[in-house]
Parts: sequence; C-alpha cells; structure tokens
Amino acid sequence: MISIVSIKDLSKTYNSGFEALKNINLEIKKGEILALLGPNGAGKTTLISTICGIVSPTSGSVTVDGNDIITDFRKTRAMIGLVPQELTLGAFDTVWSTIRFSRGLFGSKRDDAYLEQLLKDLSLYDKKDSEIRALSGGMKRRVLIAKALSHNPEVLFLDEPTAGVDVELRKDMWKIVNELKSKGVTIILTTHYIEEAEEIADRVGVINNGELLLVEQKVHLMESLGKKQLVIELKESLTKVPSSLDKYNIELSDDGMHISYTFIVKDEETDMSDLLQEITNSELHLKDLKIVQSSLEDIFVDLVKEK
Amino acid sequence: MNFMAIKVIYFNEMMRFWKTLFQSVASPVISTALYFVVFGSAIGSRIENIDGVSYGLFIVPGLTMLSVLTQSISNASFGIFFPKFTGTIYELLSAPVSYYETLIGYVGAAATKSLILATIILATANLFVELNIAHPFWMLGFLVLTCIAFSLFGFIIGLWADNFEKLQIIPLLLITPLVFLGGSFYSISMLPPLWQKVTLFNPVLYLVSGFRWSFFEISDVGVGLSLFMVLLFLSVCIAIIAWMFHTGYKLKQ
Repeated sequence: MISIVSIKDLSKTYNSGFEALKNINLEIKKGEILALLGPNGAGKTTLISTICGIVSPTSGSVTVDGNDIITDFRKTRAMIGLVPQELTLGAFDTVWSTIRFSRGLFGSKRDDAYLEQLLKDLSLYDKKDSEIRALSGGMKRRVLIAKALSHNPEVLFLDEPTAGVDVELRKDMWKIVNELKSKGVTIILTTHYIEEAEEIADRVGVINNGELLLVEQKVHLMESLGKKQLVIELKESLTKVPSSLDKYNIELSDDGMHISYTFIVKDEETDMSDLLQEITNSELHLKDLKIVQSSLEDIFVDLVKEK
Repeated sequence: MNFMAIKVIYFNEMMRFWKTLFQSVASPVISTALYFVVFGSAIGSRIENIDGVSYGLFIVPGLTMLSVLTQSISNASFGIFFPKFTGTIYELLSAPVSYYETLIGYVGAAATKSLILATIILATANLFVELNIAHPFWMLGFLVLTCIAFSLFGFIIGLWADNFEKLQIIPLLLITPLVFLGGSFYSISMLPPLWQKVTLFNPVLYLVSGFRWSFFEISDVGVGLSLFMVLLFLSVCIAIIAWMFHTGYKLKQ
C-alpha cells in the first residue's frame, strides 16, 4: 500500500521547554485507519496538530502525498480534514452556514448538492438550519465531522472523536469512520480508548512521552505481543501443582480448582502438545478448559510500563 | 492566492454586522444625534464660528472620526479575537489560507463596516447641518485609509489580547482619550501654546485635521503632513502584523 503521509525525524519542543515529540518516524498508508493510542499528554494531539499546520515542528519533516507541509502547505492542507477534540464551533452559526464557510475556507467552489448529501450521510440534514447552540453534544461532534469533510479531504484526522460521548454515539462514530474508509478516506484517529482502536483500526501506533513506541497491524500486534492463557478447571481441588509440570511454570488458583498456563503465541518454545500430554500423564481430572487472549489494553499497559 | 477563502472570511464577518443591524445602525445614529443636540445646539450656539465654520458643522469630521476609529478597532479586534477565544481558530490555521489572506478577509470586513458607519453618521449629520464637502475625493481617501489603518491596528490588538479585558483596554484607555484630545471637537489654536505643542504628538490630530480640511479647507496642520501621518501609521501597523505573522505570535506554537 502507498504512503500518503510520511513523517521523518519529527520533533517538537514547546517554548516552555516541554519536549512533546521526540524524533517521530511514521508512514501512514493510503486508505487505512490508523489509531494513535496513548495516555493524556503523550503527544498525540501535538503530532496531528503539526501535520495539519496548527503547530510548527522544531525539526524533521512531514509530507502529504509527496508535498511538504510547510513549503507546499496549500496542497497538503487542501487534502486534509481535521476534527478537533474540543467542540469548537460558533454558537450562533447555523449548521449550513458553518459547513459552507469551511468549504470556502479550503478554497473549494460552492457545491450545495455535495454538502446536502454530506449532511444526510451524517444524519444532520434536518438540523441544517438550526443554530449550533441548539444542538446536542453528539450533533455538534457530527457538525465538526461535516466541516472537516466539507472539502472532500483524502486524509481525515480525528482527535479523540469519542472522548466523553456515550456508548451509542461512540458506536455511531465507528460506523461513520468505517463508511468513510470504504469511500477511500485515510483516517488517523487519536484515542486513549483501547477498545476503540481494537474495534476500528487497521494499524495501531502506541505513543507515550512523545515517543512512538511501535506501529503495527492491529492483528499482528495482538498476535506477536498478545499473551494467551490456558485455564483448566479441575474436577477435584489440588494443593500443589504436580512436579512433572514444574517446567511449565503453571499457576494454581487459591481454591485449587484451576490451573493456568500463560504463553506467547509466537514464541517458538511454546508447544501445547507436550503440555497437554504431561497434563494427561499427571492424571489430573479435567472438567473444562478455555483459552483467554490478552486485549490491546494489556499490550498497551505492558508497553508503556516497559518504556 | 485563495480568493475563495478571503471571500468567505469577508462575508462571514459582514454577516455578523447584518445580524446585529439594528445595533450597528441605531447606535451611531443615536450617538451622533446626541452629540449634535448637546454640542451642536446647546453648547455650540454659545461658541463662535471657528475659521468661518459654525460649531455644529465643525464637529462633523471629528465626530465621524471618533466612530470610525473606535469601530474599526472594535470590529477588527473582535473578529480575530473571537475565533481565538472559542477555539475555532484551528480551522483557519489548518486551512490552505495564508496569514495575509486571513488579514485581507478580516481587515477588509472591519474597514467596510466602518465605511458604512461613517456614511450613516454623515447622513445623520446632514439632517442637523448643511454639509458641503469641498474635496470629496480627498475626504473619501482619508476615510478609507483611516478605516484600513485602524482596522489593522484592531487586528493587532485582537491577536495580542488573550482576554476580554485586554481587548477593551486599548480602545478605552488610549484611543478614546486620543480622539477627544486630538482636536475632534475643537481647533488646537483654541488651546494654550504649551498644549498646542503637546497635541502635535497625538497622531489622531493629523487624521482629524486632514479629514476636516477635505470638508471645509481648514486644518490644524498641513494636509500633506496629515496624509503622511496616516500612511506612516498604516505602514507601522503592516510592519507589526508582518512580524507577528513571521513569528507566529500568539497564533502558532
């Protein structure tokens, strides 16, 4: 897949001396959904603000479709749409006037048919003539998306799109993001909700203290770093794990009714057939067994702790 | 050049003016009428003609300048301050719009509003006194240059201010006193010699004097000097804005 956004050695140090980004290198592929995951203050917003032109980089470069964000800012910004984290809208503007303003600001010619369709797609059409102040928080969030899409951008940045919104709206938002992806829009979203990244992203980037710890296909990430746990429920309680199983580092639950074995899927030393054979030989009476997979959240917590 | 962006910024700002049309029109009409009743009729009837011009007529250019200066600053400063205050500035900063295109949009709209206001004030004044303009093109020139220069100054204030107090402080504590002490309602020849010299340091004197000359061919300072001072003020404002844009002052981190 071709890169649409290319970030090289990007650093940002604010006047206060705070180092918000440290030598970031990242290729964002055309048509993908990339989730940038990180705790508050990790540098997620600074990264997308820099790409969009709101923050000046201290060093490094960013190109969008081969165009530099500083020297070719007109070309790059025309390709980008940004949905900010805060509900920053003019309270007395109407939905229609604000999206028309956005389209014009990006230098696009008036196209009422496109904007009407956009409002319909975002379930905002019946609010077309409403003033922003009369809308609910969820509707305002949709207006921000409509503004960001008003000039047909190829790349859409969503800065914590579901921060502080209820579950229903969050699912709505995921649906909208997936629909945009199907139309070929490249989407980069920042979030600190692991489930959001797990649900909609193709790739996940983990950022902490201004450093990009890793960028990986979500599936690969979970496969390569994800741990699995084999949990066996016993018919009779044990006081001690049989010595024949010592080499597997098996844990016994407090009530003695469960034993568990944690393993890394990609680890070559993992051999389930040997383990199962040993369990059979040790004459344990099994009632049930299940495999629990670690979530992206566990992976994220481990990564952040390591660094 | 992103002409479309300039157009939408300009019309978006003008829309704010039309939305508060009553306030925008009624306020200058009422204040002008009040000035004429108080200064023109009540006090003015006891003041002798100044250089052959009745007092009621004499105050028209100063009165117009008072409103033009304060409204230019107020419109332009509020125009750029409000997006900063609400956070909607992110859209301007992330759009394919240069700083100068943004400036043209905001300052163009603020200057247009001031021109409309000046026209309304002059029309209102014409109801009280018979207004004859000796040099209409000079009058228009001074008016347009002043509207632009003080809208630029307002833009600087709007960029500099990070709260409402700062937004108000310069118009209230600097501009209004300068306008009142800059010969808007009197000729500086009416002042003691020392104060005449002090007044020469007031830039507003040159604006009012030049503007008044275009009406009645009377002035406190030479018209050439007035024009030079307006252009100088305009250039200083452009230089400050260029520096602000170059450094990203209070716009970009």
